[in-house]
Amino acid sequence: MIEARLRLPRDGFTLDVALSLPERGVSALFGPSGCGKTTVLRALAGLERAAGRVALGSEVWQDDAAGAFVPTHRRALGYVIQDAALFPHLDVQRNLDYGRRRIPPALRRIEPEQIVDLLGIAHLMRRRPDTLSGGERQRVAIARALATSPRLLLMDEPLAALDAQRKAEVLPYLDRLHAELAIPVVYVSHAVDEVARLAHHLVLLDRGRVVAAGPLADMMARLDLPTARGEGAGVVLDAVVAERDAPWQLARLQVGDGDFVLWARDHGLPVGSAVRVRVLARDVSLTRAPQTGTSIGNQLAGTVEAIADDEHAALALVRVRVGVVPVVARLTRRSAFALQLSPGQPVWAHVKTVALME
Amino acid sequence: MTPADWTAVRLTAQLAAWTTLLLLLVGTPVGWWLARTRSRLKPLWSAVVAMPIVLPPTVIGFYLLLLMGPQGPVGQLTQSLGLGRLPFTFAGLVVASVLYSMPFVVQPLQQAFEAIPARTLEAAATLRAGPFDRFFSVALPLARPGLLTAAVLGFAHTVGEFGVVLMIGGNIPGATRVLSVAIYDHVESTEFADAHRLAAAMVAFAMVVLVALYVVNRPARTDQSAAR
Repeated sequence: MIEARLRLPRDGFTLDVALSLPERGVSALFGPSGCGKTTVLRALAGLERAAGRVALGSEVWQDDAAGAFVPTHRRALGYVIQDAALFPHLDVQRNLDYGRRRIPPALRRIEPEQIVDLLGIAHLMRRRPDTLSGGERQRVAIARALATSPRLLLMDEPLAALDAQRKAEVLPYLDRLHAELAIPVVYVSHAVDEVARLAHHLVLLDRGRVVAAGPLADMMARLDLPTARGEGAGVVLDAVVAERDAPWQLARLQVGDGDFVLWARDHGLPVGSAVRVRVLARDVSLTRAPQTGTSIGNQLAGTVEAIADDEHAALALVRVRVGVVPVVARLTRRSAFALQLSPGQPVWAHVKTVALME
Repeated sequence: MTPADWTAVRLTAQLAAWTTLLLLLVGTPVGWWLARTRSRLKPLWSAVVAMPIVLPPTVIGFYLLLLMGPQGPVGQLTQSLGLGRLPFTFAGLVVASVLYSMPFVVQPLQQAFEAIPARTLEAAATLRAGPFDRFFSVALPLARPGLLTAAVLGFAHTVGEFGVVLMIGGNIPGATRVLSVAIYDHVESTEFADAHRLAAAMVAFAMVVLVALYVVNRPARTDQSAAR
């Protein structure tokens, strides 16, 4: 476990958090700007001096009770920030070598070739940072951090400075990161799309406090959290490609063990591939009876589990359980009233769009 | 030019070289500290360093004379260490020049260090570089234009000083009679042709140095913020 108890007075509030993050996968710190998530990350790195304790497994980086504080340069971490902060006087190759040369050879677990290949930067090695595009710079910054074979990778909105196209360029590399390297990542973001795509564990912060924390899928299915507000609301599901329908270019995705099946556009993934699927609340509608004569191909029988008010007074959020898997739908309150929805009632959920993320 | 003038030229070059060398050694940590410190004493120390810009050279010369003289604390120290007295020696001139030219070296260095974003040095820390390592591998290379400016200004300013030299060094050929003093002597003795040769050479020297400096520092700094 990555454990941290941190306390630090900020403008207007006191940051006071206790974190317990899994030592594998991506943990996202999510919250509005100014909620203290960057400060938490900086304190984990030792760049900011908060009161408390920071430990990575059995390795203690800070323990005020014992008077222990390991300075940043002696912590086996990688740190990537929004604007890369590459060294402008060194070319890409020497930026990568900078950290690698500073760790003992015995601790170099990741080969530079692997990193260069993983992030697709082989053709950039002789270039100067100021000649790189934003996306390239960010990939070099990630590679530079990985070259120190860190035990923990800290990322502070690494995609925030990029436009949508560059984001789409970098995201697949981040996917591969945790697929190929077993390095835990703590990822700071205020973009729910990034979190839904990358995170396994989610910590919600607001004004310096932890609002809620838990596995991503559980958190996204909760109706009482800020993640259930806005256009990004919706569940994240783990699925397996069960069948590919070549004539219609569709793929059948199996969610869980039961009858939960979704048809989605075929992205060419082979049968058996594990995928992450995002079903937005706005793309789910509910009916009392199964429908015929509809264009929507995904109809799921389920049970209403919970109903909650949405941000706007006209809207409601409804959580439906399909087998054991929750799906969230966003309806008008009028529709919810007309359908006389209440917990325990059987309904049909119609899923218009399924976003495949891996 | 007379042999005495050549001696003055050589002496001036030696003085400026020693002064610049010592100033880079002393001024770099001072500039770094001033650029990075959050101490409340920063304005005070900035003012102390900047004093020679606003004070008449005679004031500095006068107090240095008192400090380094036989009764002054520095004078007592140098004598007890067996180094003799500093006033009217080449060494005394170097010490005075270091103090007098300090702001011209410290300020460009300080500005160069201040221009380095904190995040760049923090990135170095997260890449396992300790404080000294960060300074030599990141801060110094990035401050190179400032380092060059500091060296050139320190050298040129030492070559051009007169008042402090006259008060601390006097006018001893081969030991303290530098160019500016030699020109003064020529004018006093109405040797205008000799004065002219040296003065014109000084004008040319200053011009060449400053033009070179502006040419070298002209290219826009290619850091990441400028490229975006």
